[in-house]
Amino acid sequence: MQKNQIAAGCEYVNFRIVVLMKPTPDPDKVRFDAEKGTIIREGVELIINPYDLPAIELAVQVKEKLGGEVIVISMAPPQGEEALRDAIARGADRAILLTDRRFAGADTLATSYALASAIRKLGNVNLVIGGEKSIDGDTAQVPGEVAEMLGLPHVSYVSRLIDIDYSRAIVESDLESEVVTYEVPLPCVLQVTLNVAKPRIPTIKGKLQARKAIVEKWSADALADIADINRFGIKGSPTMVYRVVIPKEKERKRIILDTEQGVKAVVDLLMKEGLL
Amino acid sequence: MSISPSKAGTVDNMGVETREGIMVIADIENGILHRSTLELLGKARELADSRKTSVSVALAGNNVGELKQVLFEHGADRVYIMDCEELGTFDPATYKEAYISIIKEAKPEVILISATHRGRSIAPRIAAHLATGLTADCTDLYFDEKGNFIQVRPAYAGNIYAHILSRTKPAMSTVRPGIFKPIQRIPGRTGEAVVMPKTLCPRGVLRTISKTHRETASITEAKVIITVGRGLRRKEDIELVKKLARIIGASVGATRPLVDMGWMPKENQVGYSGNIVKPRIYIGLGVSGSPMHVIGMKDSEIIVSVNKDPNAPIVNISDYAIIGDLYEFIEKLTKEIERLKSKIS
Amino acid sequence: MKLRNYYPYFEDFHEDIKSLAKNVSQELEKRAREADEKGSEEIMRENLKMLAEHGFLGINVPEQYGGQGLDERSVVLSLEEIARGCAATAFSLGGHYLAVGSILIGGDEALKQKFLPRLVKDSIGAFALTEPNAGSDAASIVTRAEKKNGYYVLRGEKHFITNGSIADVFVVFAKTSPEKGARGITAFVVERGIPGLLIGKKEEKLGVRASPTNQVFLDDVEVPAENIIGKVDEGFKIAMQALTRGRIGMAAQAIGISRLALQLAINYAENRVQFGQPIINQQAIQFMLSDMFIMLRASEELTYKAAWLADRKADVTLEAAVAKLYATEAAKLIVDKSLQIHGGIGYTRDQVIERLYRDVRILTIAEGTSEIQRLVIFRNIKRPLD
Repeated sequence: MQKNQIAAGCEYVNFRIVVLMKPTPDPDKVRFDAEKGTIIREGVELIINPYDLPAIELAVQVKEKLGGEVIVISMAPPQGEEALRDAIARGADRAILLTDRRFAGADTLATSYALASAIRKLGNVNLVIGGEKSIDGDTAQVPGEVAEMLGLPHVSYVSRLIDIDYSRAIVESDLESEVVTYEVPLPCVLQVTLNVAKPRIPTIKGKLQARKAIVEKWSADALADIADINRFGIKGSPTMVYRVVIPKEKERKRIILDTEQGVKAVVDLLMKEGLL
Repeated sequence: MSISPSKAGTVDNMGVETREGIMVIADIENGILHRSTLELLGKARELADSRKTSVSVALAGNNVGELKQVLFEHGADRVYIMDCEELGTFDPATYKEAYISIIKEAKPEVILISATHRGRSIAPRIAAHLATGLTADCTDLYFDEKGNFIQVRPAYAGNIYAHILSRTKPAMSTVRPGIFKPIQRIPGRTGEAVVMPKTLCPRGVLRTISKTHRETASITEAKVIITVGRGLRRKEDIELVKKLARIIGASVGATRPLVDMGWMPKENQVGYSGNIVKPRIYIGLGVSGSPMHVIGMKDSEIIVSVNKDPNAPIVNISDYAIIGDLYEFIEKLTKEIERLKSKIS
Repeated sequence: MKLRNYYPYFEDFHEDIKSLAKNVSQELEKRAREADEKGSEEIMRENLKMLAEHGFLGINVPEQYGGQGLDERSVVLSLEEIARGCAATAFSLGGHYLAVGSILIGGDEALKQKFLPRLVKDSIGAFALTEPNAGSDAASIVTRAEKKNGYYVLRGEKHFITNGSIADVFVVFAKTSPEKGARGITAFVVERGIPGLLIGKKEEKLGVRASPTNQVFLDDVEVPAENIIGKVDEGFKIAMQALTRGRIGMAAQAIGISRLALQLAINYAENRVQFGQPIINQQAIQFMLSDMFIMLRASEELTYKAAWLADRKADVTLEAAVAKLYATEAAKLIVDKSLQIHGGIGYTRDQVIERLYRDVRILTIAEGTSEIQRLVIFRNIKRPLD
């Protein structure tokens, strides 16, 4: 479709918004074994990565404005299905779980490759939204890598979506020392911060409908026609975890003081630091 | 206008055999070098010396050529300069293009980028373009006995540290600011400047509509932070804390519940979903020490807490745990400091 | 842990309801302390608005009226979680459910169409039965309803009405035939704004302070006959049925508070070190926690069973009374023991247990005192002993 064919008021046949979502362990329930250096994940269910909730909410808001559909895609083990169902309860129209043993052990490059391939397979995607980072991986790399693999422009640290239509979006990006407002053409990738939208809690109706919804499951074979499956999973991962160290907490003095003593101690500290 | 299934992915497999040298990508903020660039240079120098190799800097931007001198004086052997008008707009895709040109020229073994928002926007694009490994927010880097480049980074909100090995070259890392130290400046030190041809200047599609400068020094840079939590009874009482902070010269932080209630802006939030801080002195007033908050301040050098509850979790991680009423503490401390200040003047 | 694995009374979808109620409850919890300190009506309105947006106001109202069409078990799971976050909000929600329940039980189609969609969407309901001289002895109410030209003129005074100052829809019980006693009471729906309906002072209460409790004056209020719930003189039956239903909800609130109190006690005991070790290592504390646990489990069993029976359309008069009596009395004990475990600090305003101690106390009084429950139970005791 030519750019000049998109005029205001002209409705897209299907404006497609893809949200990249990662099912992560519930941060309140994960435990760490300091001696063995392991993360105890058994029995901990997977929830929507809290940083992805605003991404889903923003996508739903854009859909409410422009029409179209919101498709949430995750690459995860089968247990990730519940999180995708939750995404449907929160307004997603379709949920796709990329699940296959061949996706396992993926670092961000292999993960991004799988997600980008799924987006290419879907086709006709107008907007991709991802959260700032995941609470277990903390890398914040996937949306940028996906953008590069798809050859799309992207803006990171999007703290506000000011306006959007079928051809461009106006966004605010938080670059720490400054806040920059950009105009970015569609299709593009937006990596959003927590501030960008306040996630709505699903309604009872939404939750119950989500229970009946179908979460589509795609294996590596589903992408074999447009991707190189050797770039999935551990095979396609240039980085690997060599070692995990659970740090010993810094030893604290734990000196208990009352208010009088406390004031004195703090004054002493501040003087030692040359602040007084 | 939309992605069609037939579009090929952009994978640039350079397949270059020989790679050496440590490259730092210069992070430029408002036309000057961000402090992290010099920190990275310091670490790059250390890594390069251990490998008996050289340090280069990729300097891309608009009108940035003059910055090369500072880079030489802080350890760079070679500075690659890509000076383009188009780079006046911060667009991760165009910056990626610029850096790819430089990387093709320099063929480094290791590439370090500041883990600022800028750096973390560009690095993934470079890594995807090169189909190479990228490790985020590293807090340590080293070569092991076998010569593998190991990158250390926090994960699970800092509950674990993962040592990562990259099987491809160049190995890329974004590095957390404030961890490493620049080398002592060597005035007059010089090196090789390589100016990239303007024909390589990238064209981008992002358009800057406006920029707003952020004046407030980020709380993450503060030496002393007074953080206030739910022990504070009313929103108005924040003024007492701010006054105390002013006379000490400290920054004011807040726990998440206070930010959620709108008592303090999000920039002041200390905690996992706010700012991770490592001040010299952290003073928590009425902060209970919930796990998500502790993640944000546990690496403070000295932790002082004021709480009525002797069983508050924060007591366990404090160097000085003051059991008392925070209002009384603020009043007494303020008075004492004012008394001392009047004695000096 | 999946509900169903432990309690066979539930279906899979109840899991969703519970997790949703939990999400909402976490939001309520953020302002629970402030709401209690200020006795804030404003916060209560916002809380109920949020509950409305998520479908909780009409959770058991059939879908044709805009409700969620869910069952008693869903109500129980919702009230449990909401009470845990903010007991006052759960209490107000319970009051709303009594009003909704009255219309569901006794109303004809026209009445349901008129009021249920509003009560589901954004109108709060209030159940106005109690009077200064008629509490447990509900049949002795003196509010009068006289028929005049196709209208009923209501005159009287109600008090201790939950949601008085925030309700839009009042279910008012009045005597149409005083000489018939209980059999002369009619249930009316009275809308806010009707001339003569005056909301009186808000009570300053010991607990559930953010749930407004008011006097309601009816000063010759003219109510059209179409606003009668059911038939004239049949209001008492409707009141009793609504209260029976509401009892299971009260038990659920008690469970929510009990569970939190137990959790707080465990957390505290694990961290409080005296005599060189956490107090949870002391048998005295362990025994207390075990006793609390047993009472909580028993409350759950009785309540969930009653809800399950209600959903099978059985007559739950007995089971609801048993569940309400047991769970609310147990909640008092559990909260009290939890405060004891907290020691001195549990007595201060900073601690959640202090608020729970005050909030829980109303549960053995409201919607049928424990003494009334015992009467109901006694009257039905012969049944299961066969």
